[in-house]
Amino acid sequence: MIQHLTSLPVLLPMLAAIFMLMPPCGKNLRARRIVSVGMGALTTVASVILLLMTREHGTSVYAIGNWSAPFGIVLIADPLSALLVTLTSFLGLVCGLYSCAGDDERGSFFHPLLHFLILGVNGAFLTGDAFNLFVFFEVLLIASYSLLMHGGDKRNTRAALQYVILNLVGSSVFLIALGILYGTLGTLNMADMAQKVTLLQGDDVYLAKIGGLLLLVVFALKGALLPLHLWLPNTYSTAMPVVAALFAIMTKVGVYSMMRVYTLIFGEEAGELSHMAQNWLWWLAIATIVMGAIGVLASQDLRKMVANLVVVSVGTLVALVAVQTVQSSAAAIYYLVHSTLVSAALFLLADLIARQRGKVADRITAGRPVSQPLLLGGAFLVAAVAVIGMPPLSGFVGKVWILRSTLDTPYGNWFWLVYLVASLAILVSVSKAGSTVFWHQTGKGDSEQERAHPAQVCAVMLLVLCTPLMVIFAGPLSEYALLAAQELHDFTGLLQDVLGGVR
Amino acid sequence: MELLYSSCVGLLVACGVFLILRARTFPVVLGLTMLSYAVNLFLFASGRLTMNKAAVLGYSDGYADPLPQALVLTAIVIGFAMTAFVVILAIRGRADLGNDHVNGIEVNTATRNSGSQRKEQGKA
Repeated sequence: MIQHLTSLPVLLPMLAAIFMLMPPCGKNLRARRIVSVGMGALTTVASVILLLMTREHGTSVYAIGNWSAPFGIVLIADPLSALLVTLTSFLGLVCGLYSCAGDDERGSFFHPLLHFLILGVNGAFLTGDAFNLFVFFEVLLIASYSLLMHGGDKRNTRAALQYVILNLVGSSVFLIALGILYGTLGTLNMADMAQKVTLLQGDDVYLAKIGGLLLLVVFALKGALLPLHLWLPNTYSTAMPVVAALFAIMTKVGVYSMMRVYTLIFGEEAGELSHMAQNWLWWLAIATIVMGAIGVLASQDLRKMVANLVVVSVGTLVALVAVQTVQSSAAAIYYLVHSTLVSAALFLLADLIARQRGKVADRITAGRPVSQPLLLGGAFLVAAVAVIGMPPLSGFVGKVWILRSTLDTPYGNWFWLVYLVASLAILVSVSKAGSTVFWHQTGKGDSEQERAHPAQVCAVMLLVLCTPLMVIFAGPLSEYALLAAQELHDFTGLLQDVLGGVR
Repeated sequence: MELLYSSCVGLLVACGVFLILRARTFPVVLGLTMLSYAVNLFLFASGRLTMNKAAVLGYSDGYADPLPQALVLTAIVIGFAMTAFVVILAIRGRADLGNDHVNGIEVNTATRNSGSQRKEQGKA
């Protein structure tokens, strides 16, 4: 049983989703909710066990159908992917819980789609095969298309149409890149690719370079890197808030793929092709941070602001990926967990605030006061402090680590300047938004206004409480992030794990 | 054969990109389909082009690479699903937004004029 543990975070959501489409659940919403939250919890538990196991025993490799590595498909659970799988499963559980308050009634099949999305994201994190990465990308994308349309209106249709078409073009580019790489390298297993890249000669080097840079286009599109980020604010702010919160993990899939491909396949050891995307990534990341910060300043409503905060966090992460040292990767891993949880919390909070303010909804103007100011205001304060990166919460720890890790690199000066100015912009606009929404009131609150459902409060609190917990347990967490970063950069270790004796 | 094959892929890509840039849902869907055909052919060629060779080891001197065939099969299945989805979405977009522009708004002045002309003709 224990050797099959690696496959459970992929299998459990799939079984849950299929089960929820079948007769015992069928149209019965109550049964569906129970199964959804239960299976979400089960997936989370399985992921946590996997996380603990990889910390104890190191990377585990699971050959699907027992076909061994270069030819068969493998799932690799190294510390990084185990951590991200846990994060995804937890986020799925929380969003499932939140939607039980009524969001899942606004269209059919919310819960099955949610689990299909978790299946896709978990699979993309775990897979060790480039083509399989494509397949899991498609699984998560088609689930996200349907979730995006879930209970939507006109504005939503337009955003969905653009999102779908962009991603379909992206998928075509992905396949072309894989075709080129397979043609030159003769393999699609990522560890094997990393090994074969060193042996390339002549024109094949240029072909592999074209393939690798085409992959960069695809990952930049999924991760919303400038200039391919324009779909994100529109898409995220028109989707249902709970779906947007869930999508907080999806940009991270792109960033994670970049980490894998450009530190493993085209990393240190890749000979002529080593660090080939570094300069591209670096300048695009800086530009993304700038654009995201401008977007945050210009946002008229809370959800657009949070969507732009996601863009800033993607820029920060990609900049750290471009630096490519162990320290910067470790900082990126810590920051990735923090930013996913905080942006999901902010999306859900914006929804609760919008529901209680009546017509003004989540626009940043004076309006009627919320009916639960203490609860929502307190939660917003915590999340805002975290997202700005002020002490004492997890954003601050992440920010200090990020700045420390870039200090000695040749890129340091530029990054410090841009990142700190962007932080100031975020500080200004988030605090303005918070004070306007909670303090600038016209009219009186209505005591019979809609109050937050216990499931919603529970879900938001789970997310908001993660931020202080990430500070309290910063020691073990940062040790784990460092371990994950070391494994990520450990080229020979991974080859040994995946390919064993095959050379 | 290589020349024919590669120019075929190139032509399909060119048509696909042209149609996608038209930014109206029906041409875009057609363009995406063409692009996916081109991609499938390209993927197939990544295992090198061979004539009359089976993908069975041990029965012949040379053999065709079986992996691209498996990849293309997967890509075709996924491509079908995505095309079906985008067709339905395009129909819904037409119904919801009242026109077939990807942006949901008529931006082209020429078409706007012709639209108003048609309206006037209808009135007359």
